[in-house]
This record gives sequence, structure tokens and C-alpha cells, in this order.
Amino acid sequence: MTPVIAIMRRELRSYFVTAVAYVFLVIFLVLAGLLTFYAGDFYERGLADLQPFFAMHPWLYLILAPALSMRMWAEESKAGTLELLLTLPVTLVQAMLGKFLAAWLFLGLALALTFPIWVTVNYLGDPDNGVIFAGYLGSWLMAGAFLAIGACLSTLTRSQVVAFILTALVCVLLILVGQPQVLDFFQGALPRKLVNGVAHLSILRHFEAIARGVLDVRDLMYFLFTILAWLTAGVLVLDLKRSR
Amino acid sequence: MIEADRLTRCYGRLTAVDALSIRAEPGQVLGLLGPNGAGKSTAMRMIAGFLAPTSGTARVCGHDVQREPLAAKRALGYLPEGAPSYGEMTVREFLTFILRVRALPAETGRRRFEEVVAHLQLEEVLEQCIDTLSKGLRRRVGLAQAILHDPPVLMLDEPTDGLDPNQKHAVRQLIDSMARERTILISTHLLEEVHALCNRVVIIARGKLLADATPAELEARSRYHGAVSFSAPGSGVSQEMLGRLPQVAAIEVDPLDGRITAFPRPGARILEPVENLLREQGLEVSEIQLERGRLDEVFRQITMGEGA
Repeated sequence: MTPVIAIMRRELRSYFVTAVAYVFLVIFLVLAGLLTFYAGDFYERGLADLQPFFAMHPWLYLILAPALSMRMWAEESKAGTLELLLTLPVTLVQAMLGKFLAAWLFLGLALALTFPIWVTVNYLGDPDNGVIFAGYLGSWLMAGAFLAIGACLSTLTRSQVVAFILTALVCVLLILVGQPQVLDFFQGALPRKLVNGVAHLSILRHFEAIARGVLDVRDLMYFLFTILAWLTAGVLVLDLKRSR
Repeated sequence: MIEADRLTRCYGRLTAVDALSIRAEPGQVLGLLGPNGAGKSTAMRMIAGFLAPTSGTARVCGHDVQREPLAAKRALGYLPEGAPSYGEMTVREFLTFILRVRALPAETGRRRFEEVVAHLQLEEVLEQCIDTLSKGLRRRVGLAQAILHDPPVLMLDEPTDGLDPNQKHAVRQLIDSMARERTILISTHLLEEVHALCNRVVIIARGKLLADATPAELEARSRYHGAVSFSAPGSGVSQEMLGRLPQVAAIEVDPLDGRITAFPRPGARILEPVENLLREQGLEVSEIQLERGRLDEVFRQITMGEGA
């Protein structure tokens, strides 16, 4: 466990030293605020909840999570520090976990810093804080899924730009796949069971379920499984690269 | 101890390292010598566990690097080619990170940190970002990282590459001071380094092992081994006389400075006869030298084949 924590601390530190952290936090908070109030009609709805706030998160993460994860392995490859890291007594799993946890915790911090909107809605009305908590949890899990995808795809290339684009692409697919328009398109071509299966892959469907305040084990499992699967794939790619 | 047994690594059709078997014992500084692209770094990366061998095995202190990678990596201090490190960190942060990853006990860690920083004279740059350091300092930080956990086996990939003569000297002294009870493998393409550091040399080219010997044994292979050279103005006559000595196989005259070199027949010692001859002839010799052999010539011979 010690190497995981050491690597996580190093990653977190490098976010803050290289100003990535500050740029990220400012953009995240500004965008989260703007999208909620302008695109989400926070006031006009006249409801004391954070649905418009959380509804924007998938789209926010679509841009910002790949920006955070793209450097994870691509930069180490490019700078040659990968050789240093992987000849220290750490396993690939430990290295992957350390890096992922750093990004996930950092995004958790960004999410926590949106607390003024929670204060606002509590000042304006009497919202169900349990639902809001569930929303935050779902949002953080979704961020984890996006970051795990990014962590995996970042192992494939030395170029951060390529890592960013690949990750954004996969994430947008996972968001869109559950949309009614997309499902309608598949309805004609595929058997009904398969379409349902495809719909279950959608990150949006599971996120919205949690954000409504329904903590279903299946939704939680979906996110944990997605995270583990992508991280495992990333470790396999790293291992494959050793012998290729 | 480092043992490589028929270590092989292919990239597609290219065989970068071809059935390389080497062995380095404690107390030994083994030089891995070869032209650029000979497979030195690839071989080291396999021993360090960064690359998986296509076939063959490598062991560090008896631990197979593929089957017990963590034990092997714990016993090994490794400086990768170019001494990569995290540029945005300060020297202190970087070395602390290495200590943490290696999970050294706090007390030992602190002591080693102080020792290594003092040894490599890094006190003054501890709070500086590694990105802002000169090449020589960065190399020293890389070395510090490699020896921080006081490893029994040390592997340094071109440790003095790109350093100025003073820095080279300092790094060599450091390696020398650590050599006594450790196993050290260094790769280099600098022949002077072999003289300065190594007590055994392995020469590889195109991934294959071509020679495994002590520097003295290599020098003995040189055609200059045992040759006598001297400068004597107006030596036209003496050349002819030298040629008549039974022990002398050939004479060469440097066209630039007129320095004369006499090569011995195999096994013959010619310093004394040449000196006697010169004295008999009453020739003024400004200086006379018995050659040990030239490594650069042997290196060329071995890595490029005869006639090169």
C-alpha cells in the first residue's frame, strides 16, 4: 500500500506545482456555475433541488476528465520517467492505482468546492439533502469512470493530445448510447434484448438513477465495475508494452 | 550479483540483444562496452525489469527479474539512460518520493538521505526544481536516486554521458568508492572509462557478446601491445637498423611528427634491444615509450571485424 500512497501523493503534488490544479479548478467551478444557471434554468424552474446542476456534469466531465487523465501515462512515456517508475519496486497495479486515485481524489476536491451552490439552494428553499448527497456521490462515481477510461487510454500513446481525444470519444459514446434517439436507431436493426443491453451500458442512465436519489446496488456496481475494468485494461496494456 | 543467461530481445524482425550471457560478481565493476545501438541499454532494461525478454533469463542477487520482480528491484539501484526524473519536483521532493516508494524505514531513510546528498554534493540545490538544474547536476540527482537505498547491485546506463571532465572525474570517483562490496554494471561507449573504472569488460555489438575480458587482456590483443615508440630527429638511418633487429616485426613512422614505432614479433620483448641499438648508434632520443596496447584499436577490431 505504501507505494500506492507515495505515487498518489506525487501525482497530486504535481497537479498543484504545475498549475494544472488551479486552471482545472477555476474552469470547473466557473463552468459548473454558468451551466447550472444559464443552461439549466436554475431559478426559473422554481424548484429547490440541484437537478439542473447535476444534469450538466456528464458534459462537464466529458471535457475536463480527459484533460486530467491524458497526462497520466503519456507524459511518463514521453519524458522517460516511465522507465524510472517501473524499475522501482512497485507493481503495475500499484502504479495504476496510485495515479488513478490521485486524479479521482482531485476531482472529488473540485466537486466539493461546488458547495456554495448547495448552500444557495438550502438558503432559497428546503431541498431534500439526501437526494443532493446521492447526486454528489453519483457524480463522483461517474467522474471515476471517465478517469479510469482516460487512465487506460493514456497508456496507449506518448501523445497527450491523442490520449485526450480518444478518451473524450469513448466517454461521449458512453453518454450517447443511452439516449432515446440512439436507442431508436438501434431498435430497427437489433433484437430487443440487445438494445436493452446497449442501454444498460449507458453511463447517463446509471448516473441519473443515482442522482434522483435512488441508491440501487446495480448502479453502484456498474460504476465500480467500469472503473475496475478500464484500470485492469490499462495495466494489461502496460504489461503488453513491456514485451512488445 | 547480476546474472544474465542467454538474454534475448527482439523488436519485430530486429534482434536487439542476441543470447547475451553475462555475470558480474560482488566487488566487480563490469563495463558493458559497445558502439551506439549495440543493445547495451536494451540489455540493461531487461535486467532492470523494465522490458520483458523475448527469451532467456536475468537474475539480480539470485532473484529472477521476471518471476520475482519486486525482490529483484529492491536489490537493484538503476540509473536509466539520460537519468530521467520528474522535472517539476525539487531535488528534495524527488528523493523523498523515491524513499517513500521504496518504503525505507523512516530512520534509515533520513540517514541515507543525508549521506547520499552529502556524498553527491547536492545540499545547495535541494530546494531547486530538477528542470532548472544543469545536465551534470541532473545526472547526480539520478545517481542519488539509484543509490538511495544502499543497493547491493548497481546498474548505471552511461553514467558520465554528456558531463564535463571534472564532473566525469567526480562520478568515477563515486563509482570507485562504492565498488568494494557491490556489484556494479555500467554501460559506456567511452574507452577511457573502461581504464578508469572497470575491472572487467564485456564488448557487444549488434546484440551479440564479442569479448569478455579484463582491460589488460584486451590491451594485450592490440597490435601495439609491447611496441616501442620514440622520437628521434634525423632517424633515417636508425629505421633501417631497427628493421634488422630479429625481434622487430615492423616499423612505422608517423608522417606528421616523425615518431617511430617498432612492433615486436609475437612474444618478443623489444624495449631493451631497441634501447641498446639507439645507444650504440649514438642517437639522441628525446623520449621512449613502451606501449601497453590501444583499447580503441582493439575495440574497432572486435566490433567491426578485422581490417577495420
